[in-house]
Formats: sequence, structure tokens, C-alpha cells
Amino acid sequence: MSTPPLGRLTQLTARLRSEGVKPLVPFLTAGYPDEDTFNGVLAAVAQAGCPLVEIGIPFSDPVADGPVIQASSQRVLQQGMTLARTLELAAAAERDHGLGVVLMGYLNPVLKMGPAEFAAACGQARVDGVIIPDLPPEEARGLRALLAQQGTDLVDLVAPTTDPDRLRQNAAAAAGFLYLVSTNGVTGSGTNTADNLSAYIKNVRQITDLPLYVGFGISTPEQAAQVATNADGVIVGSALIKLISRTGDTSVAAAANFLGQMVQALNSVKGSSR
Amino acid sequence: MNTNSIFSTDGTGRFGPYGGQFVPETLMPCLQELERTWDAARQDPAFKTELASLLADYSGRPTPLYRAQRLEKHCGDAARIYLKREDLNHTGAHKINNCLGQILLAKRMGKSRIVAETGAGQHGVATATVCALVGLECTVYMGEVDMKRQAPNVRRMHLMGAAVIPVTSGARTLKDASSEAIRDWVTHVATTHYIIGSVVGPHPYPAMVRDFQAVIGTEARQQILAKEDRLPDAVIACVGGGSNAIGIFSGFVADEVALYGVEAGGSQAGSSAALSLGEPGVLHGSFSYLLQTQDGQVIPAHSVAAGLDYPGVGPEHSHLKDTGRVCYDSVNDDEALTAFADLSRLEGIIPALESSHALAYCRRILSQPTAVAPWRKKPGMKKPLVIVNLSGRGDKDMAQTGEDDS
Ligand SMILES: Cc1ncc(COP(=O)(O)O)c(C=O)c1O
Repeated sequence: MSTPPLGRLTQLTARLRSEGVKPLVPFLTAGYPDEDTFNGVLAAVAQAGCPLVEIGIPFSDPVADGPVIQASSQRVLQQGMTLARTLELAAAAERDHGLGVVLMGYLNPVLKMGPAEFAAACGQARVDGVIIPDLPPEEARGLRALLAQQGTDLVDLVAPTTDPDRLRQNAAAAAGFLYLVSTNGVTGSGTNTADNLSAYIKNVRQITDLPLYVGFGISTPEQAAQVATNADGVIVGSALIKLISRTGDTSVAAAANFLGQMVQALNSVKGSSR
Repeated sequence: MNTNSIFSTDGTGRFGPYGGQFVPETLMPCLQELERTWDAARQDPAFKTELASLLADYSGRPTPLYRAQRLEKHCGDAARIYLKREDLNHTGAHKINNCLGQILLAKRMGKSRIVAETGAGQHGVATATVCALVGLECTVYMGEVDMKRQAPNVRRMHLMGAAVIPVTSGARTLKDASSEAIRDWVTHVATTHYIIGSVVGPHPYPAMVRDFQAVIGTEARQQILAKEDRLPDAVIACVGGGSNAIGIFSGFVADEVALYGVEAGGSQAGSSAALSLGEPGVLHGSFSYLLQTQDGQVIPAHSVAAGLDYPGVGPEHSHLKDTGRVCYDSVNDDEALTAFADLSRLEGIIPALESSHALAYCRRILSQPTAVAPWRKKPGMKKPLVIVNLSGRGDKDMAQTGEDDS
């Protein structure tokens, strides 16, 4: 068996790090609030200078999500969004906007499509990374290998409850970046205090050299800048989804404005965090 | 679908390919802590003694095994029918067996707060009860639809000091209450233990809850041997998540006893028959049969019995289905309602609508040709012996069934 080459997400995050860029990674539920507005927001993401976008595969029972992302998933499912269509939107994000794409979704739709079929589709759509919050590393080996053959990295999560031994174990197989869940809770819930959060990021940093991207509950430019003093990247979901619940140009403009402020705040954070 | 190939069957908490731990990272350390605590407790004589005395003195175990002779007549005298009277437990259902075990574990882990999901409200009531017993804070998530149809149980929980939080997402029933309970748990994981009400969820819950419910099967086995001097030919139980069924099956699974798990067939509006109609998938932490669409979205369940109204099922049942050891089938809302009324009138026992599914199936199988169930005609046999697990009482179901059933 030949070792697969470095995954696309690993390559991308390494390049960003070497350039001293701490990216803002916006999360968008696939096709939310409708496909036109979604595409407009994607363009705004690229225009704001974000190299990477996270696209949510909707699921009927998203246990790791708070009310905002739950509602967005529900809505796009009612509008007929599927995993297959989400993969097409991911491909378009790369092709039309030059964005790196990380898909985030729950395990069941992936199982239903078939893990090998899903991995092949990720390869075809040039998806850089995949995050599956209900697939802990212990259960992830099979899917990780299938994705790796396609150049797609499976991203692992770290939580405040993850102890150093477990973190060491998880980090050994991880690639692309480590997704640091900022606080015990669901997406959109309040963050940890700034002090706790920076101590937590520093602790993880002592154990692994992987890029650390922090998400869950980050909603303001000040917070983003704070987090980025220690982290390599910042993920923002619920705060953005909240702004774009209406279809059309006003949502795109609101998103562009918000993303601009967030990116500016991150750019003001100087120097490498390593 | 080629899912089995990506999961190892020797992974953590497996029943064949089923089970596992499919939860957010935040919960993994806490599941491992629970497993360690449970492992230690199981081997600790003091734990066993404390649990046994609570089961006896607080819940009233052993529950009787009662021969229902007027029901036998109603079923054409085709069998001797025994009812395992879990309805006579304190709080009126088998759910307390599991809650007493888990609350002792919560105390060992030093948790100060309990969350639970509930459908019929029986598990919520049992959880509120054990929290009052040991003085822990209790929060129960319950779908708005279920709060209406099982209103008496909401009042009981309130009376015992529990907070009952209405869940308004999705179908507003058990599935959605379970998701909300998990979200609460993730958020308060340091202080909180989640008492899952059935043999579902991530490892160690399916095995742990089975072990706490195995007391049903252990007793039923001793009781039938004492009364009839032989094992039953068949055991019938309803299956929501599957805890009362696994509990009674565990006493007979190693023997030549036919085992029947009865799912809720629902109505035109839909069903809850995950094993009969679903396909393997992942919901709420484990890999098991699941009602789902072609795109892997969970299909909301439907049943007149709130406690069966769940699109998934415990992973051990999935394995028992695949191996053929247990026969799974379903009865619909109307059949269950008929059995509910029948037992009330024939025996003076008002069964839970959940348990009524097992009763309806008992009648059905005894009225079919014996070839359908070969255990009914063994050479030299006088009359077959059947045990139906009467998992709970039906007081909670009055609003659903109407006051005047005549
Ligand atoms: C009386 C009764 N029986 C059965 C059930 C179904 O659960 P399980 O399949 O875990 O026994 C419930 C659930 O609420 C119940 O209240």
C-alpha cells in the first residue's frame, strides 16, 4: 500500500501558516437561505479574502448544533437540499470562487450514500476537508482512509473535556487542522471566558503542532481577534447564519459587511502564534 | 449500502456491527468515565446490595408473574398466558429499574444534576422520582405533543420537583426530546449525568441499561419455573428503544424459548417500526436500524403510544434481528387500543398503550395457524406457555383512549 500524498487541507493550512495568514472560516448551511443568496454570500466570502469556507450538510437531527443552525438545516431540507446537491455546491465554491471547502455534516447521510461513494464524490468535488461531529476518532478509521485516498482530510475535534492523553492520541491521526470546540456546548452558545480560552489553546499547542482552528460561539470581531492571538484560524457560524435569514441582496450585503469586519480584525493580529 | 465495512465489529460496545459511540468529542471523556464507574460498581458488593434493597423496598420487587385466565379464554384457550407485572413497580413501569441503577452511578461520579428525555413520561417520572429520592436536581425534556397526550405524568414530575422543558423542534416527540437532552448534556457535562431511558444511545448505555433491566428476566424465569416447572415456550414484549424487551429476553435468550419483539406499526400517518421497516444508520450515538429517507434524513416516527414513538431502536435488537434469535413484528394503533380495552375489562388491569402492543400481538399469534409459530405445537405438549411483559400501567393514557370505551 502506498501512502497517500498530503491531503489538500493539510497543504492549504500549511501554506496559510507560512504566509502568516490567520484565516476566518465562515460556516454556511448548504443552500441557505436559498441557493441564489447562498451563492451571493459565497462570493462575499471570497471577496472578503477568506481562503476557506465550511459548508454544512443539513441533517434532520443535528445534536451538536444550537437553535440557529438547527433552524437553517430544517429550512434547507424543506427546500429539498440533499447531500448530492451539497457536494455540487461545494464543487462550485471551488470552481467559481476559488475557495477551499470543508464540508461539515453528521454521519448518517454519509452512511446512507455509502462511505466509499461519499469519499469519491469529495475527491471529484475537490473537497479539502470533512468534519463529522458525531464521528469520534475511535470510529473514524475507515472513513479517514477512504477520504485520504481522495486527497480529502478528515478533521478531528478537540473539546475542553479532552484530556492530554486523549489529545495526544487523537492528534496522531489528525490532519488539516484541529477543530477546537471553544466551550462545552452546541454551536452558537456563549464562548468560554477569554482567559480560559487562551489557556486552553495554549495547552493544546503544547501537545501538537497541527494548525488550531477555533469555533463555536464566536460572534464579534473583538472575540475573533482575541482568539487569533493564540489560534491559527477562527470559525464563525451561527453569527453569520443569523444575518442572512432573509433571501436576497440585503442578506448578501449584511454578510459582506460582517465578514469584512471580522477579516479586518484578524488581519490586525500580528505575528505567528507558534 | 456498504457501511459495515467501515466499522470494525470489535470496536467499543458492539453487538455484531451495531452499537458504538457516535457522539461529539465533548462527550467522549464522559462516556469513558461512565463506563469505568459502571465497571467498578458492577463488581462492588456494596453497590449490588444497595441497588437490590432499593429495588425491593422502594420499588416493590419482585413484581408478580400473574396468570391471566380470562385473557386466555379470550384468546381461544390456545395457551397459558402469564403477565410479568412491571406495571406494579413504584411509578408504574419498568423504567424505575434502570433509573435506580443509574442514579447510584451518578452519585458515585459526584454529579449534582440529572437530565433525561421522556416520551410517555414514564421514564421522566422514574427519573424525577430517583432524583427526589437522593436529592439531585432534575431536568426532563419532553416533546410538546407528548406533554399534551401524557399530561398526568407531567404533573407527577412537577410534583416531585423536576423541571419539565417542552421541546418544540421537529415532530415534538421522543426523538426531539432526546436530541435536546443530549444538547443540554454537552453544555453541562461537568456537573450533569444523562439518564437515558432505554437500551439506546452510545456505549455503555445499551449494555448498562440492559443489565439494569435484566432483573425482569431473572425474576420471570424463576417464577415460571416455580409455577409451571418448565420454561415458557414464548416471551412477548413491546419494543420502543427496547429496554423492557431486552430485560425480559435476557432471562431466556440462551434457552429454546421463542422471543417476540413488537414494534409500533402506527397508522396511515406513519409508524415507529425501525426494525421492521428501517435500515441501519446512526442516530443519537449508536449504529442501529433506523427509519430514514433515501438521503439519510431521519423520518419522524408515529405511534399512539408515546413511549414507542421513536424512529430508532437499541443496537442489541438490531443484532438479534440479524441473527434471527428474536422475531420482530409490529401491531398498529387500532390493534393496540383494542388490547388496551380488552385487558382492562377482562382482567381489571389497565395496561400502558406501549404494553398493549405486546398484548395485541399475543392475541394475534395465538389466533393464527400453529404453523406460523411452531413452538405452539411441540410433541407431547399440553398447552403452550406464554409470558407477556406488561411493561407499565395505563393510567397515563386516559386522555388518549377516551373515558368511555364502551
Ligand atoms: C410502559 C412502557 N413500556 C414500554 C416503553 C418503551 O420503552 P422500551 O422499549 O425501552 O421498553 C415505555 C417508554 O416510555 C413505557 O413507558
